[in-house]
Amino acid sequence: MPHDHRHDEPHSLLPSDPALRVKALQTILVRKGLVDPAAMEAILDTYETKVGPHLGAKVVARAWADPDFRARLLADANAAMLELGISGRQGEHVVAVENSADQHNMVVCTLCSCYPWPLLGIPPAWYKSDAYRKRAVREPRAVLADFGVTLPEGTSVRVWDSTAEVRYLVIPARPAGTEGWDEERLATLVTRDSMIGTGFPREAGA
Amino acid sequence: MTRPHDMGGQSGGRVIPAPDGIPAYDAPWHRTALGLTLAAGGLGGWTIDESRAARERLKDYPRFSYYEKWIAALAGLLVEKGFVTEEELAAGTAVQAPLSPRAFMIEKVAPALARGTPYSRPGPAPRFAVGDRVTTRRPAANAFVGRGHTRLPAYAEGKPGRVILSHGPHVFPDRNAHGLGEAPEPLYTILFRAADLWEAPEDPEDEVTLDLWESYLVPA
Repeated sequence: MPHDHRHDEPHSLLPSDPALRVKALQTILVRKGLVDPAAMEAILDTYETKVGPHLGAKVVARAWADPDFRARLLADANAAMLELGISGRQGEHVVAVENSADQHNMVVCTLCSCYPWPLLGIPPAWYKSDAYRKRAVREPRAVLADFGVTLPEGTSVRVWDSTAEVRYLVIPARPAGTEGWDEERLATLVTRDSMIGTGFPREAGA
Repeated sequence: MTRPHDMGGQSGGRVIPAPDGIPAYDAPWHRTALGLTLAAGGLGGWTIDESRAARERLKDYPRFSYYEKWIAALAGLLVEKGFVTEEELAAGTAVQAPLSPRAFMIEKVAPALARGTPYSRPGPAPRFAVGDRVTTRRPAANAFVGRGHTRLPAYAEGKPGRVILSHGPHVFPDRNAHGLGEAPEPLYTILFRAADLWEAPEDPEDEVTLDLWESYLVPA
């Protein structure tokens, strides 16, 4: 070693280039038998191909189509999600919050990047960015403008700062002109950002 | 006290939206960093509170990108918990060994990810009821460990709010992050008026909620 690292944080012993740093740690963990590469691939495959915003969209679409399900979702989101086979880590304690003409809901985690993984999957980079974490609580309307979103006059904003293990799912308002649509078709209108509260669902004719 | 992770309410740059769907990795090493962190988490060597605290106390927190924080904190936890030595980190390799019985086994991945880890616990009855007015404590600091982990953001210290949800006792991060036990406390969602949090809110009717443990709160 070129100099004594003992008073530094352990990561400073690894290469400083992030790609090399990750590779070195991977080598150590795999060689020591602490990480099974196949298990790691299975985890990644889960969030690359199986778990993502399409699951949250199923929940929202059912809430739009089925008033009884909507009531169950608002009362006990985890039980309602289980009806659709949806559960998992970083979504053990879910609360669903519904947008209305009076109130728009928006979710952030200012202290880290808590996110409802079983419903929305891996968070997008902007959700984890310092800019979003800093600004969402104090100037949500300016942040919404960054997304091209303007709220109607008279709609207040409620920002949910996820500071515990409770995760929030926004149920956006059902788009006009979708009367009679089945759940599958409704789900195609539900975007990831509309379930975080930084967007609206797609319009029926779009 | 420096708490660079506690950034809510500060000024910041433009937020850059991303396409709908499952996000793409910005670099191949991000994928490895994510997989490695989740796989190593499956060793069961630390709690989510310990891993958050490990990220927050990084000297390079403000400079590191998201996954750089993850990897640096992971290296620290692996050493602290005795899974990896500093010599191995410095060498960038280790003696080949068979798969540890503690490793996250492939057959456990799907059930473990689908099950998650609930944080609700048996514990004391809630002192506050939905509708009660409360005030958050000041300062927003860990009461047990100097400069320790806490989940009360600075922007909400000493502020009046109202209980809107009562979640029952949950694992208490201020203790659990420092190996002091789960010490479950009732958890509430507290509603704040933007006008009570900020000098010049965008709209005085706007609101912010936080999920706060009972010992962060006093009756208003």
